[in-house]
Amino acid sequence: MVVVGKILVLIGSIFLFLGSLGIFRMPDVYNRLQAGTKATTLGALSLILGVGFMNGSFLVKSIVLIIFIVLTNPISSSTIARASHKAGIPLVKESVVDVCKDNVRKEEA
Amino acid sequence: MILGLSFVLIGLAVLFSTLRLLKGPSTFDRLLAADTLAIITTALLVLMASYFSRIIYMDVALVYSVLGFAGVVVVARYLEGGL
Repeated sequence: MVVVGKILVLIGSIFLFLGSLGIFRMPDVYNRLQAGTKATTLGALSLILGVGFMNGSFLVKSIVLIIFIVLTNPISSSTIARASHKAGIPLVKESVVDVCKDNVRKEEA
Repeated sequence: MILGLSFVLIGLAVLFSTLRLLKGPSTFDRLLAADTLAIITTALLVLMASYFSRIIYMDVALVYSVLGFAGVVVVARYLEGGL
């Protein structure tokens, strides 16, 4: 059980590092949201579950924290994406489609 | 050994997010970096609770996660213009 917990902690920290590297390297705010939020959510979830496996007295609070992170993290990322699209942050030059472009125009008109 | 490697990786993650927080071209990049820093800090607090075997740090992590989420949502709605 302790070995499984340590492996989960290592996987979670690797995902946290990769998500943060994606935030630093990606060209656009939407790409940064895509890279940063999902990888960081999975990394934090795996790390907290690994800590809960490593010592059993932490398991209940780990599960509470996991439920809270799973519920709230997509809300914050979606709020940031909607706010940046409404504020008119342009997409990167190579992007192909912008589905929400008509909504912005309709609200302005 | 594995826990030390995890601490090093989380420290590098904090470094890259802080660079984006300082550098980011628009306000939303900085807000996204602050959101990511809140999640990374929550994970780091949980890992420190396991390392020092203090269960009170889990409560600190939970409160920090709640406050980070509320702050990010409030700032995003304010920048959107419809608080």
